[in-house]
Amino acid sequence: MAKQSEIRYLTPVSVDVKKKKYCRFKKNGIKYIDYKDPEFLKKFLNEQGKILPRRITGTSLKFQRRIAQAVKRARHLALLPYVTDLMK
Amino acid sequence: MNNYETVFILTPVLSDAQMKEAVEKFKTLLTDQGAEIINEESWGLRRLAYPIDKKSTGFYCMLEFSADPSAIAGLEVNFRRDERVLRFLTTKHDKFSFEYSEKRRRNRSTKQDASAKAEEFAETTKSKSK
Repeated sequence: MAKQSEIRYLTPVSVDVKKKKYCRFKKNGIKYIDYKDPEFLKKFLNEQGKILPRRITGTSLKFQRRIAQAVKRARHLALLPYVTDLMK
Repeated sequence: MNNYETVFILTPVLSDAQMKEAVEKFKTLLTDQGAEIINEESWGLRRLAYPIDKKSTGFYCMLEFSADPSAIAGLEVNFRRDERVLRFLTTKHDKFSFEYSEKRRRNRSTKQDASAKAEEFAETTKSKSK
């Protein structure tokens, strides 16, 4: 009977330790998302200036709605672009 | 009375005096309707994220005020009629945004104090070195 230490694999076994996503607003107690701060809002946009989905950022539904609102306001005031390439 | 915040963009072709005059116009417009100006900020000439009316820069101004809801319509009509205004956005403060803006105001005032103090310090050190 082979001991556990004798078992060898040709390729290293990928151990998926999924990092649990969390909502940064809930964690940090942020209650209001400012549309006047484009640098902060850029964290929730991809290179084309689209809003990232919740499944990627981990934001809760409540704050995802508020991000969307803030991003749209910032776009109206030309603080953020509607469409772009290579924003970051 | 509600608390509001309005951000507007003025065309970059104005001179400094003309810009101040335009801001003053909207402020008097608000105070005439019984509004109380809480805060006034000028962000200066900024690059726009995309061109508006073939202009790539604009003067950003922000006003915070408390007013009756009826005053807003008049203000927005004036924004629309004024050719110097490229864009405007008026938002109503709720409990959280009001807290946030208060904090922001405090931060800005302390920052200004700090920068003023730094300038003073630099001046005193300069005079001392002289």
